[in-house]
Amino acid sequence: MKKLLTGNEAIARGFYEAGGKVASAYPGTPSTEILENISRYKDELYCEWAPNEKVAVETCIGASMAGARALAAMKHVGLNVAADPMFTFAYTGVNGGYVLVSADDPYMHSSQNEQDNRHYARAMKICMFEPSDSQEAKDMTMKAFEISEKYDLPVMLRTTTRVCHSKSLVEIGERVLPEMRPYVKNRMKYDAIPAISRLLHTKVEKRAKALAEYSESCEFNYAIDNGAKIGVVASGIAFQYAREAFGDSANYFKVGFSYPLPIESIRKFASSLDTLYVVEELDPFMEDQLKAAGIPCIGKKKLPIEGEFNPTLVRECLLGEKVEHLDVKTPLVGRAPTLCAGCPHRGMVLELGKVKDLIISGDIGCYALGGGEPYNAKDCTICMGASISMAHGMNKAFEQYGKDRKVVSIIGDSTFFHTGIVSLEGLVYNKGKALTIILDNRITGMTGHQDNPGSGYTLMGEPTADISIEAIVRAFGVKNIKVVNPLDLKECREALKWGFAQEETAVIITRYPCALKKYTQQDIDEFGKLSKCTVDQSKCIGCQACVRTGCPAILFDRKTNLANIDSIQCTGCEICKQVCAVGAIGK
Amino acid sequence: MDKVTSILLVGVGGQGTILASKLFSEAMAEEGFDVKMSEIHGMSQRGGGVSTQIRYGKKVYSPIIGEGCADILVSMETAESARWLNYLKPDAKLIISDYRIYPPEVLSGREEYPQTTIEDLSKVADVTVVHAEKLALEAGSAKCMNIVLLGALVKGLGLENSVDWNGIIEKTVKPAFIEMNKKAFRLGVEAVS
Repeated sequence: MKKLLTGNEAIARGFYEAGGKVASAYPGTPSTEILENISRYKDELYCEWAPNEKVAVETCIGASMAGARALAAMKHVGLNVAADPMFTFAYTGVNGGYVLVSADDPYMHSSQNEQDNRHYARAMKICMFEPSDSQEAKDMTMKAFEISEKYDLPVMLRTTTRVCHSKSLVEIGERVLPEMRPYVKNRMKYDAIPAISRLLHTKVEKRAKALAEYSESCEFNYAIDNGAKIGVVASGIAFQYAREAFGDSANYFKVGFSYPLPIESIRKFASSLDTLYVVEELDPFMEDQLKAAGIPCIGKKKLPIEGEFNPTLVRECLLGEKVEHLDVKTPLVGRAPTLCAGCPHRGMVLELGKVKDLIISGDIGCYALGGGEPYNAKDCTICMGASISMAHGMNKAFEQYGKDRKVVSIIGDSTFFHTGIVSLEGLVYNKGKALTIILDNRITGMTGHQDNPGSGYTLMGEPTADISIEAIVRAFGVKNIKVVNPLDLKECREALKWGFAQEETAVIITRYPCALKKYTQQDIDEFGKLSKCTVDQSKCIGCQACVRTGCPAILFDRKTNLANIDSIQCTGCEICKQVCAVGAIGK
Repeated sequence: MDKVTSILLVGVGGQGTILASKLFSEAMAEEGFDVKMSEIHGMSQRGGGVSTQIRYGKKVYSPIIGEGCADILVSMETAESARWLNYLKPDAKLIISDYRIYPPEVLSGREEYPQTTIEDLSKVADVTVVHAEKLALEAGSAKCMNIVLLGALVKGLGLENSVDWNGIIEKTVKPAFIEMNKKAFRLGVEAVS
């Protein structure tokens, strides 16, 4: 039976069919739905959200050592967090098969950079599969477990946004559950101390040679002969674009097992051609290796190193064809992503934006949208958890030069649990004075409402410890803590004033559930229910103070010069009501 | 049958473009076509412009549509249609809802909402305007605007009789909403001549 699955659904299915038993991940676009879909098989396996990618990878290392097939999934930047355990796990190798999914995001649809994680496979000296559709995503996940156990190493499955989030047809199979592999104590394999690691490194280099040989015969590396004089080497989604652009006018070498590269097979493929193109998104990963092996080819000289490809781009860059499109001059309107109606971040972000000469160190999450108009509540973003430590560093630098600058960091609950927690630990330990604001919206928001250590539920839907951010901060020894309702502007304003006046480390925690979150009974008990706001147009003076809250539920009619509220979008958060000077907004 | 048909469904995060695309794609798969559908998740969902792309035919390689390659555009919001024109073939069909969602750029007075989109496009292209909100309300709820436009798309491609659409809706939609969605679909089909 065939089903339409996204690449992420197909990876989940592959894990299930291959007898996977333990999976862990931290949510991150475009990888999030892998674990969400694995959780659909929760009666037959175990899966969890880890607080961060390093923990996810390590949990799965433990599961593999114990003898189960395990999978850890993350977005590309997540692997930076998890690189530490991965590099050494690449030395020890596995017991139960181990698959690491790295989902890269060319064009940065929802990311802070577009790093090419194929380099990691090479740097870690492991091997890598690159699917180009959902069927391959499933098949390669299953094959990766086999290769992992055969060659004794973790195997990387590298996808990109368009593979993760495109649906295509997949043949569904049965789950085959292998016996748990016996756990045998073996320090010479698993105890990575210098004396043992030196021996393991020798093993790794020998393994690399065996994998290079395997790559030449791997069924996912193959040539398509159309009797042409032009040849294309491509992997991942770029193969589909090339195939569409060139049709039958080129020969193809489809690279599915892309590290180590099947160099000799490609050399043979290239020998009968006049021109060899390498079609790969982002870095010249294959191109550089082919050139180093003395195989002449054209890649980044003609194709971009930035962003995503598509069939038209490949056609224009490599075939020199100009593709005509509908050409009409008509005005465009900007539509940048924005904080939702009723977003509990809005109150604090609005008040932060109003503070003069304040440096706001931002983080990864919906509140990152507070950087633009009308909030202007952010100076910088680097990576998960960095807001607190960067604010701390700024504060220390200003102190060194005797400058009195106010610095604040803003970070969400899930990002705090991810790595912000250790950043705060460092700040407290080192007597930092940058103000920390933790925006607790009771869920992981941006990626689509995944539970986290503070939300009270596991990925498998079981109630669990609801870890208190306030208790953690208190346990760190912070004496100055304020918990505020972010929908109350006055409370936010006063908390900020209080925070800036403290001589020692201070932390403000805002606590209110995400407007899109499905409220639990606990949420209803704690926060109650809201009723929608309306505008009394006889009182409205058209000053647009409500419009400047940036709430998308507020409609302003330029003809009548009056405000109105979209009752479908309004949640009743009352932020607009609080900024209306004439009391025109009520319930 | 060798021809691949490329459909671009665009709108604003939260309008249900993904559900409509999923219904269509599954129907095409059941008809025996190769189908690929691409969607974007994450940050852009927070009120930003969104698109899903569907391609079906005997054999489909790329899940996404390159510039100048879409046969038909369905825009669930009026001004959003203008953002994707580069992706359309010169003779593409455009099905545009007259439903407007004002972005923060307009609400805050920084930009004007374009008033001439439909007029400008109609001068050179094959445009059908669908009063999606009105028809959805007639069917029972503004929330089924996406199904009205799915109906319009199906008619635009001439597939209204070759597929059991009612059956597809019955299989996909929650029981309480089946009749409403069937009606929304039918009104969408009738909206395109």
